[in-house]
Amino acid sequence: MFPIRLDNVRFAPNGRPVLAGVDLTLGGDGISVLLGPNGSGKTVLMRLVAGLQVPDSGSIDWGGAAAPGDAVAMLFQAPMLIRASVAANVALGLRMLGLSRAERDRRVAAVLGRVGLADRSADSARLLSGGEIQRLALARAWAMRPRLLLLDEPTASLDPTATEAVERIVREIRTEGTKIFLSTHNLAQAMRIADDIVFIAAGRIGEQAPAARFFARPQSSEARLFIQGELPWRISFPT
Amino acid sequence: MAQTLLDALALLGDLQHDLLAIVLLSVTVSGLAVVFATLIGLPLGAWVAVSRFCGRSAAIVALNSMMGLPSVVVGVVVYLALSRTGPLGTLGLLFTPSAMVIAQTLLTAPLIAALTRQIVEDAWRGYAIELRLMRYSRWHSMSLLLYDCRYSLLVAVLAGLGRAMSEVGAVMIVGGNIYGFTRVMTTTIALETSKGDLPLAIALGVVLMTVVVGLNSSALVLSRWAMRRYG
Amino acid sequence: MANFLSDLIDRVRLGLPRAAFGVTLALAVSAQAQETITVASTTSTEQSGLFQYLLPAFEKATGIKVHVVAVGTGQALDMGRRGDADVVLVHDRPAEDRFIVEGFGVDRRDVMYNDFVIVGPKRDPAGVRESADVLDAFKRVAAANATFASRGDKSGTHAAELRFWKDAGIDPRTLANYKELGAGMGPTLNTAAGLGAYALADRGTWLSFKNRQDLTIVFAGDPRLFNPYGVMMVNPRKFPHVRREAAQRFIDWITAPSGQATIAAYKVNGEQLFFPSAQQAAKRD
Repeated sequence: MFPIRLDNVRFAPNGRPVLAGVDLTLGGDGISVLLGPNGSGKTVLMRLVAGLQVPDSGSIDWGGAAAPGDAVAMLFQAPMLIRASVAANVALGLRMLGLSRAERDRRVAAVLGRVGLADRSADSARLLSGGEIQRLALARAWAMRPRLLLLDEPTASLDPTATEAVERIVREIRTEGTKIFLSTHNLAQAMRIADDIVFIAAGRIGEQAPAARFFARPQSSEARLFIQGELPWRISFPT
Repeated sequence: MAQTLLDALALLGDLQHDLLAIVLLSVTVSGLAVVFATLIGLPLGAWVAVSRFCGRSAAIVALNSMMGLPSVVVGVVVYLALSRTGPLGTLGLLFTPSAMVIAQTLLTAPLIAALTRQIVEDAWRGYAIELRLMRYSRWHSMSLLLYDCRYSLLVAVLAGLGRAMSEVGAVMIVGGNIYGFTRVMTTTIALETSKGDLPLAIALGVVLMTVVVGLNSSALVLSRWAMRRYG
Repeated sequence: MANFLSDLIDRVRLGLPRAAFGVTLALAVSAQAQETITVASTTSTEQSGLFQYLLPAFEKATGIKVHVVAVGTGQALDMGRRGDADVVLVHDRPAEDRFIVEGFGVDRRDVMYNDFVIVGPKRDPAGVRESADVLDAFKRVAAANATFASRGDKSGTHAAELRFWKDAGIDPRTLANYKELGAGMGPTLNTAAGLGAYALADRGTWLSFKNRQDLTIVFAGDPRLFNPYGVMMVNPRKFPHVRREAAQRFIDWITAPSGQATIAAYKVNGEQLFFPSAQQAAKRD
C-alpha cells in the first residue's frame, strides 16, 4: 500500500480545475499534514488518496497497486451518524470485516474507553456534542485498525478543548502503526502534530518537507506568505 | 344532519354481528396486503435508491406513476389473471379473500416502493461516501439505510395501509362482495349507498375511519416509545 | 443495534415468504373446507334481500354454502362464459337462451318471476298514471320529453327497458332527456330521485330502496312487466372444475316445492316480491 505516489494528477470537475498537476509521495509512517488555504484542493486530494475518486489525468498508485489494499478510514468534518446508540455507530465500520459478534463488541468497548466515551456507549448518538461526535468517528475508524487514516479538517468546528482531545487520540492511533494524513488550514494545529508537511496552494503541491524544516525555512513563496498571513510575526520553531 | 348521524349509529346496532365480521375481514385483508407490500416495496425502493443501472430514471418514473394506479384497473387485471379462463385459473382463487389480498398487495407495493426510494435516496446522499470506504456491499447499505430511516418508512407503510383500507375498486371486482365471505367495509359502504341507504353508508364510513385512525394512533405511540427506548 | 437488525433481517428474509405463503394457502383452503358453490346472479335479486332469506334454508337442508356474486345480468353471463361461476341465476330470457345455445350453460329452468314497475315524480308531468298499458306509458314519457333514467348496463332490467322502447316504436337515444347511467338499480334510482326522472325498476329493489325523495310508482300491473328468472348450470363439460353435484342440488332444490315455497314466503313490508314459476317438467338441455 505504501508509498502512495501521485504523478501529475489533474482533476477538474465541471471544467473548473481543482488540482492542476499534483506530484506527491506519501510514506507509511507518522502524521503528514496537508496544509493550505481554503479552496486549495485539500478535500479533493484527500478523496483521491483514499481511492474514492479517480483523477482526470495522471496516475495514483498505492505501493504499486491500482487500489488501496488494506483498510482505509476517513474522517469528515460532519461524520455520518445513524439513529442508533453510540456503540452501534462505532460498530458500523466493523460490519464488513467478517468478525464475530463477540470480537466486534470487544473492539467497540475497548476503543470507546480509549476515546473517553465508554459511559455514553448506550446513549443515542444524535445527542452528542460536536467534540464527542468527532471522538465517536475516531473510535469508529480506530476499531477498524486501518493502515491509513485520513482526516479532512476534523477540528474546524470544535472548541480548543475538543480539538486537543482529537489531536491526542490521533497521536495515539499513530503510535499503533496507522499512517495519518490530516488536512487543515490551521497553522497552529499543523505545528502541534505534524511530522511532515505537504503544502498545497492553487491545486499544486508547493512544498513537502519535515515539519521542523518547513516552519523554520519555508522554500516556496506561497508557503512563506501563508505562514506570514496567519502569524504576522516570525515564530522560532523549537528544534 | 346530527339526527341522521344518530339514526345511522343506531342502524349499526342491527348489523352488529355482520359488522364485526366485516371489520375483521377488512383489517385482515388490508393488513396482510400491506405486510406483503412492505416486504416487496421496502427492499425494492431501497435497491433502486442505492443502485446505478440503465433505465433507472424510467424505473423511478414508473414507480412514482404507479402510486396513482386506479384500483379498478388493478382489480380488472387481477380478475382476468385469476379467472378460470385466465393464466392462474387453476388456483381457484377468484372471489376469495386471497384474491383480495393479492390485488391490494399489487396496489400498495408500488406506493411503498416509491416513497421508500425517495426516503432512502435522501439518506443515501449523506452516507454513500462513508459506506463505500467501509466497504459496504449494496445489500448491507440497503439494510442499514432502511434501519436508519425506519421512522420515515413507517409513515410510508401507513400510507400503504391507508390506501389498502380505503380502496373499493379492486376488492369489489376480485372479491365479488359475497355476503359473509368477501364483504369488507368499503364494499359494504358501496352496496348500502347503491341501495339508497345513505345514513347506514355514512355510519359505516365513520366506523372505517375510526379503525384507520386507531391503527395510525397505535403506530404513532409505538414509534414514540421505540424512539425513547432505542433512539 | 444495526448489527442485530441485519441478522434479524437475514433470518426474516428466509422465514417470512414461507410463512406468508402458508397464511395465504390457509385462507384459500379454509374457504373450501365446507362444500361451496358460486352463483352468479344480479344486483336486483341480491338487493331485494331474497338470497339472505333463501340461502340459509338451502344450507340447512343440504349443508352446501352458496357464494353469490351479484353483478349485472350481462356480467353474470360473462362470468359463466369464463367459468368463474357454477350456477347462473338471471332474468333475461333471450340472453339465457343464447347462453345455452352457445354451449356455456345446461339445464335451464324457470324459477320465479317478479315484476317491473315504472317510477316517477309524484306530480307526473308526462301523465304516465293514465296510461292504458306499458307501451303507452313509454310513449307518454317520450311525448312529454320527460327525463328518463336508464340503467344502461346490459342488465336484465336494461334489456327489458330497451324492449319496451322498441315495441313502442321509439329510439330512446333520440330523446333529449334520456340519461344512460351505466349503473345498477340502486344508483339509477338514486339518480332518478335526484333528477325527478322516470325509471324502470324491479319491484324488489324499489321496495327496499330508502332514498325515494319525490319518487313513487306511477305505473304497474301490465303482464308485459312480468320479469321471469331462469337458473342454469355452467356447462361442466366445458369447464370440468364446475362443482356439478352441488350445483345440481341447488338447482333441484330451488325448483322443488320446498324451495319454491321459501321463495313465495319472502316478503318485504308485508308484500310478496317473487312468485314461484318452476315447472315440474322433465329436464331439458
